[in-house]
Amino acid sequence: MDQLISLRNALTRRATTWAPVPLLALVLAGCAEHYPQTTLLPRADFAHLVDHLLRLTVQWATLVFVLVEGALVYAIWRFRARPGAPEPKQTHGNTTVEIVWTMIPAVILAVIAVPTIRTIFITAEKPANALEIEVIGHQWWWEFRYPSLNIVTADEIHVPMGQTVSLEMTTGDVIHAFWVPQFAGKRDVFPRRHNNIWFKTEVTGNFSGQCGEFCGVQHGRMGFRIISQSPEEFQQWAQAQQVGSPLVNGGAVADSDLAKSLVAAGVPAPGLDSVLAKGKATFMASGCIGCHAMVGTPTAGLTSLLGPNLSHVGSRTTIVAGLLPNTDENLSKWLHDPQAVKTGALMVLPKKLTDDEVATLVTYLRAHR
Amino acid sequence: MATTALDHAPAHAHSKTGLWSWITTVDHKRIGILYGASAFIFFLLGGIEALIMRIQLAKPDNTFVGPETFNQLFTMHGTTMIFLGVMPLSAMFFNYMIPLQIGARDVAFPRLNAMSYWVFLGGGLVLNASWLFKAAPDAGWFAYANLTSKQFSPGLNVDFWVVGIQILGIASLAAAVNFFVTIVNLRAPGMRMMRMPMFVWMSFITQILLLLAFPVITVALIFLMFDRVFGTHFYTPSGGGDPVLWQHLFWIFGHPEVYILILPAFGIVSEVLPVFSRKPLFGYAAMVFSGAFIAFLGFGVWSHHMFATGMGPFADAFFSLATMLIAIPTGVKIFNWLGTIWGGQLQFKTPMLFALGFIAMFIIGGLSGIMHASPPADLQQTDSYFIVAHFHYVLFGGSIFGLTAGAYYWLPKMSGKMLDETLGKIHFWLMLIGFNLTFFPMHFLGLNGMPRRVYTYAAESNFGFWNLMETVGSFLLGLSFAIFLYNLWKTFRSGAKAPADPWNGATLEWAIPSPPQEWNFTEIPHVDGRDALWEAKRARGGSLPEPTLSSGKGIHLPNPSYWPFVVGVGVTVTLCGFIQGFPYVNLIGAAILFVGVFKWAFEPA
Repeated sequence: MDQLISLRNALTRRATTWAPVPLLALVLAGCAEHYPQTTLLPRADFAHLVDHLLRLTVQWATLVFVLVEGALVYAIWRFRARPGAPEPKQTHGNTTVEIVWTMIPAVILAVIAVPTIRTIFITAEKPANALEIEVIGHQWWWEFRYPSLNIVTADEIHVPMGQTVSLEMTTGDVIHAFWVPQFAGKRDVFPRRHNNIWFKTEVTGNFSGQCGEFCGVQHGRMGFRIISQSPEEFQQWAQAQQVGSPLVNGGAVADSDLAKSLVAAGVPAPGLDSVLAKGKATFMASGCIGCHAMVGTPTAGLTSLLGPNLSHVGSRTTIVAGLLPNTDENLSKWLHDPQAVKTGALMVLPKKLTDDEVATLVTYLRAHR
Repeated sequence: MATTALDHAPAHAHSKTGLWSWITTVDHKRIGILYGASAFIFFLLGGIEALIMRIQLAKPDNTFVGPETFNQLFTMHGTTMIFLGVMPLSAMFFNYMIPLQIGARDVAFPRLNAMSYWVFLGGGLVLNASWLFKAAPDAGWFAYANLTSKQFSPGLNVDFWVVGIQILGIASLAAAVNFFVTIVNLRAPGMRMMRMPMFVWMSFITQILLLLAFPVITVALIFLMFDRVFGTHFYTPSGGGDPVLWQHLFWIFGHPEVYILILPAFGIVSEVLPVFSRKPLFGYAAMVFSGAFIAFLGFGVWSHHMFATGMGPFADAFFSLATMLIAIPTGVKIFNWLGTIWGGQLQFKTPMLFALGFIAMFIIGGLSGIMHASPPADLQQTDSYFIVAHFHYVLFGGSIFGLTAGAYYWLPKMSGKMLDETLGKIHFWLMLIGFNLTFFPMHFLGLNGMPRRVYTYAAESNFGFWNLMETVGSFLLGLSFAIFLYNLWKTFRSGAKAPADPWNGATLEWAIPSPPQEWNFTEIPHVDGRDALWEAKRARGGSLPEPTLSSGKGIHLPNPSYWPFVVGVGVTVTLCGFIQGFPYVNLIGAAILFVGVFKWAFEPA
């Protein structure tokens, strides 16, 4: 990590010595504020490393751009044809000049290449003592597992601020790319292979990420949320997620414990039992259980189903791969007609749900926080 | 049979008009026109596909087209522009101009040349026929495995793509052999390699790239076809295959392909700039060797398309350095173009405007290219709109600007009519403005997190404003080409007659009438140096008399033949059988192909 910081300092020093660069950086960053998925406002160490290289190359590219385009525009103006002018001097080349303008780009490239190579090797080294999270891409949603915390969740990944997380990534179907622009660059995920990326966030907040590799019909709607929390909040979240997790006791949890945890999460106790009973019956009768793991049902312990694990879906800020805020209306819209919300999504309803069934399911699912 | 050759009418009496004359033609100039006309229609189709995408992306959460259609549109837009637009537009100039510039009467293998065109047309039609089946390819122009496997793409879409590209590859390979041999063997006496016009040099290097790169994609496509039709597992992980293999094979073809698309434009610009600066090309030898060096390095950088795949630090470092190295010969080219105009007398005719626009835009594309040659930086940029911006600056700002310069420069030679200069200038300025308005904001969007190949984006992403601007820009681009079309129509109807040498050209094509007669050169010229025509004019104290038409008596020209057309049909039908596996279609096609090749072989040329 020290290496990292020193590189960063070295780059910053270099950047600030050249006046237009911070200016340019400011312009870039100034616009970037309005974009929730920007790469220009890095909020984790990995993204900072990338950002420094970007700024370095932007600085040289700008310099070269100004000089070469300037020379072009000057030449166009200066050497425009004048009526009656004699034939210009017929030069065929100039060895000295040609050698010089071969060497100058070579030097500039070397200036970019050296920090590039250093950063390649720094980013390739997986930091020790990182919290390991498994990422599995699916058409068109993301699954996250925390082997050390026994959690399985989907579409929202929680990370503790200030602790390096190391993502071990693969896919259940086709190639995707995991991308959280403000924390790190893209990394492709491949079937039957593991790829890694790591980062340490430096702020808390709810950030957006998206699949970066074309992966079929709904590639455009394969988003996710990444929630960076203080270590304490992260612990609380983890504990809540462990209730009925497929990785704890095979998903088994006593009804009384489940009820207790729901009440603790803010679900009103009166009527809870009937909500759970009715919801569970609808969940099982409507075919949801064919694709989704759900606490308190027979699928609670399963980890290789087609759809996302829904055991704590009520605690997520969004539904449908980061597409919609998690509200009663949105969930109801989705359950009424998934294809209208996300054409081509693999979620199919064996039969159209009645308004009553949808309402029951919405209450049931959102109660599980 | 022995008398057949004698029975044929003399060369100059071939029928000159009618559909049949076009189907049987083996004249490189007519084949060039066929390439140009077909490619321009495909190019307009690709443009319409782009405009539909721009309408869809004009505002967030738009529903103008659905995701399935959008995916087909961007796949077909990319495939069309590369294989059916830019490559055959270059082939138009290879066909028409290489023989003229080297002082030859035709290409080395005229019937093979006709076959290349018919096979190309077959491939283009197969690809676009997919629309009629509502099964246009939808896996992206780089069609990454394992999304293309039968499991994840069960429809005909990917089959159309595989078969279409395979057919086009045959056309490209045959044409490349032809032009390679033509340039090596048919140069006029005295035209040593280092006296060839720069367009011929860049074309020559392009043919070598084609010859080395296309076999790789051919193999990759055969693997994919086998996976889909016969159930092999080259790319399917469930059977032990590796989707990354596709990426390597594809990009070993795909990166040289980028230079296949740009080197001809480099050549065109290197012809136009000296003529309109009235000054020879600066650093001829450096231009030749930088072109060759770019092509050579082009085979060693394919994995810079794959930095996000996690190849490990050593591979990343190697491909990063190799990629940066390409910037050096590319820079040399740009500086030499600047050196060419420096100290000249610049005449801002339309071809010159497009050539200068080419330099200005290509610089931007080159610089953004260096930015993602740095693998860690590329992890943010890859598959974002930043890349879309980059390659459009190279392929539109580069190739299309260069090809358009070529069109305004050479169409007077090809048609015998001068294009309208005022309309040409309006075309240029609209295209320059529309192009930058469309593609420059993509840099911002990419760096601000907009991934490519998304059919829509959420309002919260804030991508709406620049996307709307881009849509406006894209319609300006469309308008600029509408003006070009109008200019073409107007010119062919009532354009002023073009003299043999309207621009004070330096190369041999300007020594003969516009349009050239079927045999090009009544007498094969003798070349004593570079810029042969300038030298000749100088020796005569300024200008040459307008060349007169000759009767062509005694000049042997290859006979027209419809067998190349039959072979083209045979190749196309044979491969079409692999769209969802129809063995009898394969057999019918093979029969046509066999008859075609047999009759061709025994037909007197």
